[in-house]
Amino acid sequence: MSNRRSPWLVLVSSLVYVFLYVPIVVLVVFSFNSSRTNVVFEGVVNQGPCGPFYWFCQLFSNGEVLTAAQNTLTIAFVSTLAATTIGTMAALALQRHEFPAKSFSEVSLYIPIVIPEIVMGIGILVLFSTIFRFLNNALGLSGDQRLSLSLWTVIVSHIAFSIPFVTLVVRARLHGFDKAVEEAAMDLGANEWVTFWRVTLPMIAPGVLSGAMLAFTLSLDDFVITFFTNGPGATTLPIYVYGLLRRIITPEVNALSTVWIAMVLIVLLISQRLESRST
Amino acid sequence: MAAWLNRLRDKHSRRGLLLISPTLLWMIGLLIIPLILVIITSFGQRTADGGVIYTFSPDNYLRLVGLSRNAPCGDTPPPCFDDLYVGILWRSLVLAFQTTVLAIVVGYPLAYFVARAPAKRRNLYLFLILVPLWTNFVIRIYAWIMLLRTQGVINGIVGWVLGLLHISFTPWEMLYTPGAVLVGMVYEFLPFMILPMYTSLEKIEPSLYEAAADLGANTLRTFLRVTLPLSAPGMVAGTILVFIPVMGTFIVSDILGGRQVILVGNLIQNQFLSARDPTFGSAASIILMVMTLIVTIFYARRFGFGEEVASA
Repeated sequence: MSNRRSPWLVLVSSLVYVFLYVPIVVLVVFSFNSSRTNVVFEGVVNQGPCGPFYWFCQLFSNGEVLTAAQNTLTIAFVSTLAATTIGTMAALALQRHEFPAKSFSEVSLYIPIVIPEIVMGIGILVLFSTIFRFLNNALGLSGDQRLSLSLWTVIVSHIAFSIPFVTLVVRARLHGFDKAVEEAAMDLGANEWVTFWRVTLPMIAPGVLSGAMLAFTLSLDDFVITFFTNGPGATTLPIYVYGLLRRIITPEVNALSTVWIAMVLIVLLISQRLESRST
Repeated sequence: MAAWLNRLRDKHSRRGLLLISPTLLWMIGLLIIPLILVIITSFGQRTADGGVIYTFSPDNYLRLVGLSRNAPCGDTPPPCFDDLYVGILWRSLVLAFQTTVLAIVVGYPLAYFVARAPAKRRNLYLFLILVPLWTNFVIRIYAWIMLLRTQGVINGIVGWVLGLLHISFTPWEMLYTPGAVLVGMVYEFLPFMILPMYTSLEKIEPSLYEAAADLGANTLRTFLRVTLPLSAPGMVAGTILVFIPVMGTFIVSDILGGRQVILVGNLIQNQFLSARDPTFGSAASIILMVMTLIVTIFYARRFGFGEEVASA
């Protein structure tokens, strides 16, 4: 029974894989389309010095796209760094220590998982606009000085939704961790800092790393929270693409998607490599 | 309070608090306080320029459930019942339910297939399920525009095949329909259903299948009495991971529904951005949150889920 696989099961599973991949293949193929309107595939584009990669060259000379890409990466790097640090600290606290407000902390970490993202998004929008309105009035700021949504509001919000996921992953790693090793280090005269840097951190490093990867991809992928918290000049790639979808779509968007998919694949393959080496 | 202070003197507990404090700062500052602000705003009244007067008025909620006190409903003078917003809430709920059921139906065979695959292949199969998930959410919807539009890929292929058979074909109108939104939602969230179901299915000992077979159960009976009940926790976790985001998503309906399909997410987005009524938008968010919480609590109470969600 366990080794006999019904042909129907194989067929249905293959069809589900087809369903998962057809849209992606279509996206990639159409990024080589010669038709500017990009409705029907009229043949492979061959224009300018880039030939079939015409739309990719257009993409890389498009200032708006480059700014959006830069914003996206800045937000992802900064928020990942912060969320990984904070989330790992929280995991250590929850797994190792007894302290007041512990159960409250545990519950609060579940909030972003069970509440629709849009509610979080508008909540943060209401928060920032209330604070900014208050400060602008209180300090009498005007014109360019006025505080408003920016890259920073996006970063702060991304940290908020990433922390719980980092904590979850690092805690899982700490769970199977033998405390005796740390005690041995202390017995041998290492102080707590040395023990942490030389023993604890290297042992939980794979957990911290996958937590960071998760935070990074969540930040790259995020649309809803960014949509409500980004200000002028803080457009990210998903927001940029969304804006385009409501106007005119050229194969440039497909080229952007193709580059995005290729990058994600490369990062995933590298992390798989690292993971298989570390275990 | 004294006991609390006493515990603070303990070094161990002080360190714990120190480690958790940035997390608490973020969770309280960016989740709990915003939620409280949204609740306060939902009871307020809008000003003409999109500002808020803080009152304690249930008007926004009454408007959501359809009680119109000022404006007429068609020919009926106020007070009367206007089903516009109730209809939107109901449509969102039905769509989330349909998406969840479809995701189970489509995802279960694949989850089962991967769980029963030889251990060496399993990681590759799982990886293949994850890849579409990591391509961007907005980009994935865009792909469906290319597939579904009247001159799009699906109509192109069907037309070409029927053309070879000399059958005349009028392209289907698929984009900007409720069906397009449903397909888009299933596509976006399918991996979130497959992964927890896989986790449950993978845990089932093969010896259980053998035991069932030895005891004379046929394939169908084994599936109904062994596989299905043991994979229920995964299905429950998947349901929560799919249902909650579908309830609140507005991009899929915005882009694939093209204003034909208005969901509660679109209503909220619209109130905050174009209609400039944050009080009504806040009330709609609170209703959305309460609706999803009821479903989650019902599921958690009934089946217990934490562990499966965590492992996904």
